[in-house]
Amino acid sequence: MNFLPPDFSPAYSEIFILVMVCVVMLADLAAGEKKRYIAYWLTQLTLIGCAFLTFTSLSEETTFTFSGMFVDDTMADILKLMVYATVSAVLIYSYTYVSDRGILTGEFFSLILFATMGMMVMISASHLLTLYIGLELLSLSLYAMVALRRDSFEATEAAMKFFVLGALASGFLLYGMSMVYGATGSLHVQSIADAIRSEVAHHEVLVVGLVFIVAGIGFKLSAAPFHMWAPDVYQGAPTAITLFIGSAPKLAAFAFVMRLLIDGLGDMVADWQGMLVIMAVLSMAIGNIAAIAQTNIKRMLAYSTISHMGFVLLGFISADWNGYSSALFYVITYVVMTLGTFAMIMILSRSGFEAENISDFKGLSKRNPWYAFMTLILMFSLAGIPPMVGFYAKLAVLQAAVNAGFIWVAVAAVLFSLIGAFYYLRIVKLMYFDAPETDTPIIVKSDVKLLFSANGLAVLLLGLFPQSLMGLSLYAIQNSM
Amino acid sequence: MNFQDIIFYVFSAILIVSALGVVTSRNPVYSALLLVLSFITCAGLWLLLEAEFLAITLVLVYVGAVMVLFLFVVMMLDINLARLREGFWRWFPVGGIIALVIVAEIALIMTGSYFSLEEMPVPEPKGADYSNTKELGRLLYTEYVYAFELAAVLLLVAMVAAIALTLRHRDDKKSLDIAKQVSVKKDERLRIVSMPAEKKD
Repeated sequence: MNFLPPDFSPAYSEIFILVMVCVVMLADLAAGEKKRYIAYWLTQLTLIGCAFLTFTSLSEETTFTFSGMFVDDTMADILKLMVYATVSAVLIYSYTYVSDRGILTGEFFSLILFATMGMMVMISASHLLTLYIGLELLSLSLYAMVALRRDSFEATEAAMKFFVLGALASGFLLYGMSMVYGATGSLHVQSIADAIRSEVAHHEVLVVGLVFIVAGIGFKLSAAPFHMWAPDVYQGAPTAITLFIGSAPKLAAFAFVMRLLIDGLGDMVADWQGMLVIMAVLSMAIGNIAAIAQTNIKRMLAYSTISHMGFVLLGFISADWNGYSSALFYVITYVVMTLGTFAMIMILSRSGFEAENISDFKGLSKRNPWYAFMTLILMFSLAGIPPMVGFYAKLAVLQAAVNAGFIWVAVAAVLFSLIGAFYYLRIVKLMYFDAPETDTPIIVKSDVKLLFSANGLAVLLLGLFPQSLMGLSLYAIQNSM
Repeated sequence: MNFQDIIFYVFSAILIVSALGVVTSRNPVYSALLLVLSFITCAGLWLLLEAEFLAITLVLVYVGAVMVLFLFVVMMLDINLARLREGFWRWFPVGGIIALVIVAEIALIMTGSYFSLEEMPVPEPKGADYSNTKELGRLLYTEYVYAFELAAVLLLVAMVAAIALTLRHRDDKKSLDIAKQVSVKKDERLRIVSMPAEKKD
């Protein structure tokens, strides 16, 4: 039989990044320890190159290649561009931090690029195999990055927990996928959807698979009751790595849910809706209430992530375009806010000192009013106070839930986010009404200063003009369904 | 009962017994060896299913390479078994109940009509000239080439991660730099000391 080579053009960015990872590894090996900046600039260049390749292939058409394992649609392109921007910002924010702590190795950059590649694979996967391999590519790189500071007890402990629970989650996911394969006889997301629609697949077997898949997704999204790893990992990992874990992978996780749950198992909405409702409400409850008791800011933000993931799930339960696009909007704004918050923690840290406690924010307005103001914007946005973008994200998700008839869930969400506002506002109070404990000047490189200011202002501006981003989310979802 | 059935039952029995032995054996070396046995019987079962290539790879890769490495690790590391078993009986009731519930649930699905012989008929046996290896290779390098390449990337990540986490540059290591040795000059090794001649008395 004849074999036609697949169409490589939709996957140019993936191919480019793979080649560039190898280049970065070899170049860093040749450059040595003194010239780490070469790897840094090559990594940034790779991201720009990928962005160019993805941008030029931006279209409203959906193309499949590699015998249907790879899909390139509008949602994939937009999410990939977001991922590049996020990873690039992560690198700018964390350069000084990691070089002060002796983990600025060549592997740091290659692992970040590998993780980025894993996210890209997940975002444009239309086959259970590629979905899973992309997820593992991302997770494996993240486990190693958490343990990169290998002489620190907390970091290795966090990496161990992350690895064991992540492996368990992968096991769940694979078991669920095998059940779905057993019932539908296919690994292609489209064929699975067709088999479910034509009712040739046994519903009971599918439900068993679905339960395991939802549990696996819950682990990866860090949604309650599968959230146990998040606080320990967020606290134990070096802040730069926590920033990476907390930001870009959430975009990929969104794509993962879209591909698997919506595209593949979309006709089983009656079965997964209930599970997502439970997960969403539990996440919002546990996340917001447990965060109040934390004194470690990274741990507090981990619980805040859990509650925000509950809101993202809330977008999915309405199971319509509006819901999905509001979930996408929420994820994007969440990533922008997380970038800023963790950047602020790194700005407060310096060589030999980790800003890890909430009390480190005391009197920030007197030490540096501009950073304090930016943090104020970010905290207001995380709490969902208008006119910051976090408010519109919450509003969109709640509207979608109410339109779908989940009024009590929306009421619970509002109540829990009111409780959550307490711990965000506590930081604002510490910054503006408490005396500073130290008067060490905050010294930051100018690119970080610029990016951080842009980040904070973006949260404000997107809040004043949310239509553009909302339109983009809706456009991405509508063109890809 | 024909010959194939007999082989199936014998192999399955050995497989179950040895798999139980892996988790119950007190000596980790026995566990590893029992795992080797269960891999081999498993390979026998796969041969019955006409999956020759997979059966042979299982023996070659898992028994030949992975398990030997396992044995090395088990013998070289000083594993404190008493500490590993600490708290086992304390948590046994909870774990046991959860395991029982999961087993019951899976059994309900598996023993139902969904995976019965009518639903999953025995495939037609292939002819003698049918090459399992060739078919697998064809699929792997055509239809699944994307996933295949990604799996290769996954291995590369594992390698990079393993090196990043374990390689340590030590300053006190006693290794030789051959280039430095060869390019040595006379005055680096030899010191000429001028001394006044001494009289022998």
